[in-house]
Amino acid sequence: MSAPAHDPAKEPASFAFTPENLERAKAIIAKYPAGKQASACMPLLDLAQRQHDGWLPRVAMDAVADLLGMPRIRVYEVATFYTMYNKTPVGKHVIQVCTTTPCWLRGSDDIVHTCERKLGIGVGETTADGQFTLREVECSGACVNAPVVQIGDDYYEDVSPEHMEKIIDALKSGEIPKHGSQIGRQSSEPVGGPTTLKAFTTTQAD
Amino acid sequence: MPKLTIDGIEIEVEPGTSILQACEQLGIEIPRFCYHERLSVPANCRMCLVEMERAPKPVAACAMPCGDGMVVKTNSEVVHKARKGVMEFLLINHPLDCPICDQGGECDLQDQAMAYGFDRGRYGENKRAVQDKYMGPLIRTEMTRCIHCTRCIRFVNEIAGVPDLGAVNRGEHMEITTFVEKAIGSELSGNLADVCPVGALLSKPYAFTARPWELRKTETIDVLDAVGSNIRVDTRGPEVMRVLPRVNEDVNEEWIADKTRFAYDGLKRQRLDRPYVRKDGKLQPASWAEAFQAIAAKVKGVAGNRIAAIAGDLADTESMLALKELMAGLGSANIDCRQDGALFDTSARAGYLFNSGIAGIERADVILLVGTNPRWEGTLVNARIRKRYLMGGLKVAVIGEARELTYPYSHLGTGTDALQQLLDGTHAFADVLRGAKNPMIILGAGVFRRKDGPAVQAAVRKLAETVNVVQDGWNGFNVLHGAASRVGGLDIGFLPGEGGRGTAGILDGAGKGEIDVVFLLGADEIDTAALGKAFVIYQGHHGDKGAHRADVILPGAAYTEKNAIYVNTEGRPQQARLATFPPGEAREDWKILRALSELLGHKLPYDSLAQLRRRLAEVNPVFAAVGSVTPAPWAPFGAEGALDAAPFQSPVANYYMTDPISRASVTMARCAETFVKPAESAQERTGTHG
Repeated sequence: MSAPAHDPAKEPASFAFTPENLERAKAIIAKYPAGKQASACMPLLDLAQRQHDGWLPRVAMDAVADLLGMPRIRVYEVATFYTMYNKTPVGKHVIQVCTTTPCWLRGSDDIVHTCERKLGIGVGETTADGQFTLREVECSGACVNAPVVQIGDDYYEDVSPEHMEKIIDALKSGEIPKHGSQIGRQSSEPVGGPTTLKAFTTTQAD
Repeated sequence: MPKLTIDGIEIEVEPGTSILQACEQLGIEIPRFCYHERLSVPANCRMCLVEMERAPKPVAACAMPCGDGMVVKTNSEVVHKARKGVMEFLLINHPLDCPICDQGGECDLQDQAMAYGFDRGRYGENKRAVQDKYMGPLIRTEMTRCIHCTRCIRFVNEIAGVPDLGAVNRGEHMEITTFVEKAIGSELSGNLADVCPVGALLSKPYAFTARPWELRKTETIDVLDAVGSNIRVDTRGPEVMRVLPRVNEDVNEEWIADKTRFAYDGLKRQRLDRPYVRKDGKLQPASWAEAFQAIAAKVKGVAGNRIAAIAGDLADTESMLALKELMAGLGSANIDCRQDGALFDTSARAGYLFNSGIAGIERADVILLVGTNPRWEGTLVNARIRKRYLMGGLKVAVIGEARELTYPYSHLGTGTDALQQLLDGTHAFADVLRGAKNPMIILGAGVFRRKDGPAVQAAVRKLAETVNVVQDGWNGFNVLHGAASRVGGLDIGFLPGEGGRGTAGILDGAGKGEIDVVFLLGADEIDTAALGKAFVIYQGHHGDKGAHRADVILPGAAYTEKNAIYVNTEGRPQQARLATFPPGEAREDWKILRALSELLGHKLPYDSLAQLRRRLAEVNPVFAAVGSVTPAPWAPFGAEGALDAAPFQSPVANYYMTDPISRASVTMARCAETFVKPAESAQERTGTHG
């Protein structure tokens, strides 16, 4: 990550928003007052990343810069600042295991090892078939349901190594496993169900 | 006006003054890295921490505005401890390779580490290393030394106006880089080496050649454009090692253009270091006596009107005056200091000066650029316009080539038709000009190369008079010259006398055989093929076009090798000073002319530079006030006539090669290769060229 992360060998020659995404981009830009289009930089980069197989080539950053009338270096600065913009190609499923203290105490190391064993790759690597990328991330902000794994846009909570294997198997066979707590917890209630305000919570359950 | 106490001293300051600025007013030194008085304030280096009463922790002096009743301590235990802590953090990832660093000896970090650094490091981990970045042929990088003060980023964004630099990644991985691996496309990029407080951005041509303490520093001025930037020439022995800017708020502030800074290697190449005389069609080395004899033999008996002289762009005022008086002695009125053949009315001084002064740009609210590309013809004039633009509320319009000027402008047209519309008041911009408080018109000197030069001059004068460009205390009529010698030559009247020929007439006459002897004082930008069979004497310092055609070469001194006066485009006479001696047998130019005059039987009446300067002040009193501008009174000038519809063209086609010195410079050749050639070929590709 220390060098300006981009790989000329994998750079596509050009990037253009699809007509639908261009419409979306215009809607995003319209949220901001005239002359402040630069505010739309981050959502547009995200849009470009989603359109381009989950990663941002330099040409895509240039396209965003040109669309917003920003100097290209300014967009490049934003894209490299945030780790959630991928500057190199990633797998179809990006598995991000949280390993910050609460998750670590609840066994996130085992989750990482399970992923490594199951996928045959190390942290930060992508499988040869381009299906999975494995990452360690810092706090995902769902500590009450530790350990947490983020895959794509979904959070998988209360994950055990067995759950992790099942999730990967499901993803391999093309299914999208159910996200949320893997042990059936409602949001962040105690394991085994609520202990207080029982009447209230049953009516409130979603 | 807030009143505060700093180190027990009470001071009252303007509202908005920062604590750091207030300390400077009191002469208290505050260490800093990121703060630079001409750039915005990010307050990210934290070196300027001071203690403030009733504040829970030390505050950054550069970003804290003074408030009434503040009590600030800059020398307390808390302050020292805080600064020492900051310094320790800064040094964590700094390589401390001062012995091999070019910045060593003039490094802010080195100096401040002497005051706030520990004598040993407490950091046992590996230091980070950063890949060096490519920033073009002028800036060398050593990015591991970078302390991320972001001065360079702010400089290119704010002063240079080319957003090419940025900080990528974050935290420990933050790096300064160009987008991506690209040369910095600014004519001010050399200043990056100056704004960098450490040895991360350095001058590429100067790399590993000298140490600051072994250099002799001479304060002088630059002559490679007509801005007259104040510079310091650093020499070691007979060699110019580097050129640095000197502060002059009225001219160049503290920046200089890349040609000014980096063309000095041209002073070592292609030099004329001894006299030459053409024998049997070949230039042969000769002694001064032989060269003078050859001239005397040729000139003897030639009628005055068959002799002519042209002064080039780098000629100093003293030598031009000596040559003018020598020509008068020989009975010739065929002299001209406008080697480009420029035609304009020189009767009124206000008609050819940058009347408002370069600093006056900051007072203007509407600027009209006519037939000029200030970015290349006067880089620091352009930087000043950008500065004014950043202050807000400036409207700029351009008639002529539509170039990237680092600030937005409206393009009114490419030729004189737009000028005519403004005069008639039919163009919408005429109302903008009329409504302005301090309108300004900048006329490029390239305009005078056109046949209708005097007519354009008259038209612009008329426009100036109709839209209040000239009022009490404000004269916004400005001519931007490109040649350092031009205004000086005009001020002493190095112009065709009664019945005399101008540059075009001289070349024409020489071709037709009506002129027998032509004296070129450093004139290289003329069509030497047009000189026909005339006997050509070339006095100058470089073996360029003029020397190739010459029959006798008299080796003169370049601007770093003589004490001489140059007048910049504002009409400001400034002194260049001798930093090194001319090479070999070359001599200061006025001395050559003085010696030659004796041999030609028209001895010039001055034996010392002081006497010559006294004569200069007699010819034109403006030379009595060296360093300051004598305002020129407004008077009618120009010759009204038909305007040619042809589009205006900037006289500078290649910024990096405009004169014999920059043409001989390898660094400038590299710059032209990097910046000018790709742009030209890109233009050809799109078919908009020509």
